[in-house]
Amino acid sequence: MPELPDTGFGTDAGTAPAQTEAFIADERRGRGNVAGDAGLLQVGAIEAGPESKRRRGSGLGVGAWMAIGWMGFIVLIAVLAKLGILTWGDANESFAACARRGPLADEGGASGFLLGCDSNGRDMLPRLALGAWTSLLVATGAVTLGFIIGGSLGLIAGFSGGKLDTVLTGMFNVLLSVPVIIMALALVAFLQGASGEEGALSPEMILIIAIGVVAIPLIGRITRASSLTWAQREFVLASRAQGAKSRRIMIREVLPNVLPAMFSIALLAIGIAIVAEGALAILGVGVRPPTPSWGNMIALDRGNLFKSPHIVFEASMLIFFTVLSLNFLGDVVRAQFDVRESGL
Amino acid sequence: MELTRTVAKRVVQLVIVLLFVTMFTFLLIRLLPGDPTTTIIPFGTDAQRAVLRQDLGLDKPLYEQYADYLTNLLQGDLGKQYNSGRPVADLVTQSLPVSLQLMIYAQFIALFFAIPLGIFTAYRAGTRSDKAINTTGFALLALPNFVLALFLSYFVGAQLKWLPTGGYAPGWMDQFFDSSRTPDLWEHARTLLLPAFTLAVGQIAVYMRLLRSDMIATLQENFITMAKAKGISNQRILWRHALRPSSLTLLTVAGLNVGTLIGGAVVIEVIYGIPGMGLKIYQAVFSKEYVELQSYVVVIAVLFVLVNFFVDFLYSVLDPRIRRARAS
Repeated sequence: MPELPDTGFGTDAGTAPAQTEAFIADERRGRGNVAGDAGLLQVGAIEAGPESKRRRGSGLGVGAWMAIGWMGFIVLIAVLAKLGILTWGDANESFAACARRGPLADEGGASGFLLGCDSNGRDMLPRLALGAWTSLLVATGAVTLGFIIGGSLGLIAGFSGGKLDTVLTGMFNVLLSVPVIIMALALVAFLQGASGEEGALSPEMILIIAIGVVAIPLIGRITRASSLTWAQREFVLASRAQGAKSRRIMIREVLPNVLPAMFSIALLAIGIAIVAEGALAILGVGVRPPTPSWGNMIALDRGNLFKSPHIVFEASMLIFFTVLSLNFLGDVVRAQFDVRESGL
Repeated sequence: MELTRTVAKRVVQLVIVLLFVTMFTFLLIRLLPGDPTTTIIPFGTDAQRAVLRQDLGLDKPLYEQYADYLTNLLQGDLGKQYNSGRPVADLVTQSLPVSLQLMIYAQFIALFFAIPLGIFTAYRAGTRSDKAINTTGFALLALPNFVLALFLSYFVGAQLKWLPTGGYAPGWMDQFFDSSRTPDLWEHARTLLLPAFTLAVGQIAVYMRLLRSDMIATLQENFITMAKAKGISNQRILWRHALRPSSLTLLTVAGLNVGTLIGGAVVIEVIYGIPGMGLKIYQAVFSKEYVELQSYVVVIAVLFVLVNFFVDFLYSVLDPRIRRARAS
């Protein structure tokens, strides 16, 4: 353990009034806006209190293992479906006899199709598997983009402070002044327009860019807050006293401490991005139809909800369990690091 | 003095943000590559294109276009639908009150459930019922609002047939925007109950947890011990003594949550077929009416910025600690 545990934490002591202001403002805004439309990250901020602390060394609970298992299962299926290793059938082949039939449909099930078919008679099973690939690809791609840009900017803002911080924070706030779903919708619609009918950018890429851009200020602000508190710690001062350059301190001292907390945010953010993909699909700007994604499967067969609810419900349940697992894992990761931060 | 300075500073910030937001929506259309008119109205005739080119002022320099755009916005000219020729401003006055009412109801429903639940879980913190409620809340957070909307319209709407799964009847607010729309409050309530509830569910979990954590802190204060020592009943302590000092964060978040509600409302309106801004946006995307879409985005963004400004402002007026921190 590099830092001395008995010195207390630099976050409370010696903060100038200006920083106090920033803290208050951040605290309030953070709770209000950071969450984005799914309202998940807010709870992160709230639940980081001592109550969510889990005892160190007690191991992961049953829930955590179930969440890990579910995520492993989904990722495995998605990758296998993408690679074409799964021999569950073609995701785009139509069987007229099976159209709209499934376990819950009015007409009754179709034999040979475990989960039934969609309105075009395409087998749900391979579509859901391939849809998992698309949804996860878009979500992780967007979050990665958000972290590369937003994370770096937030790290720099929190570490360097001063004018640069003011400018970057101002930029984040301006970007957040449009409701996130509306912003993403506008970006997708216009990127689609810009890339034309044939498309210079693939529909998945457009979604990744749009959701990623929306994520930049959200992630940036969280990273900034974390980076700000770590930058005031004693070991940073010690490193500076030894003559280390700012960039070295930022990368070698601050970044490794910021990363663990960011990992839990990333898990939550992927969940939010999966939901965002679904919402955008319902608004008509999702992945283009022949390619299945969980979102556009719901959007396409929304009109058949009353007659053949299985189509919508199957994709919905997958989204729900995946987001639930990601939230749960995010919570577990945060709780693990909370212990390190506040339990000394 | 202190207050005027705070206000002045906030107003300057507001103006800057509004300039950036309008610039963003302005650039959305202008940055389309090639001839923007072919993208904006792909189904349009040459005559319609010529009109659009003139409307957008594409032959002028960019800064002049932006100045024109701002002037038009300030005069309430939001452009028009190129397929029908209808002014977008008319469509906004029709659909905006619908969305606003939906959001207000959702907010009330959310607080109606969240406040008692928050108080109860704080009072019973750590017990089995607290954990059960919290776990349910956690699960609800993972439930996307469109999934809930589809579930409710299937089970409550189609299977149980308790409530309609779509449609809309004018409520109390519509007549202020368009006097010809007479309110039909019964139908209005019936059609909006499911959507408002759907929108509220996601918020309930958030609000409940907020209130719970603030309330737990308040319940450890000395004045609560004092009240207990005086023999005041638990009910009265919780509702009369502890709720008010614990509710500041909750109310702020509820105010600042308007953005979340707008985003949620857009999706929910599409699913339940409610003719609010969300459905209009969906239709604009579908028929590739980029000018119309741009106007909806700017209207929502400006409203959102203004609401946030007023909530923030009210908050700093109400809470002296924030005011002082800001001023220093």
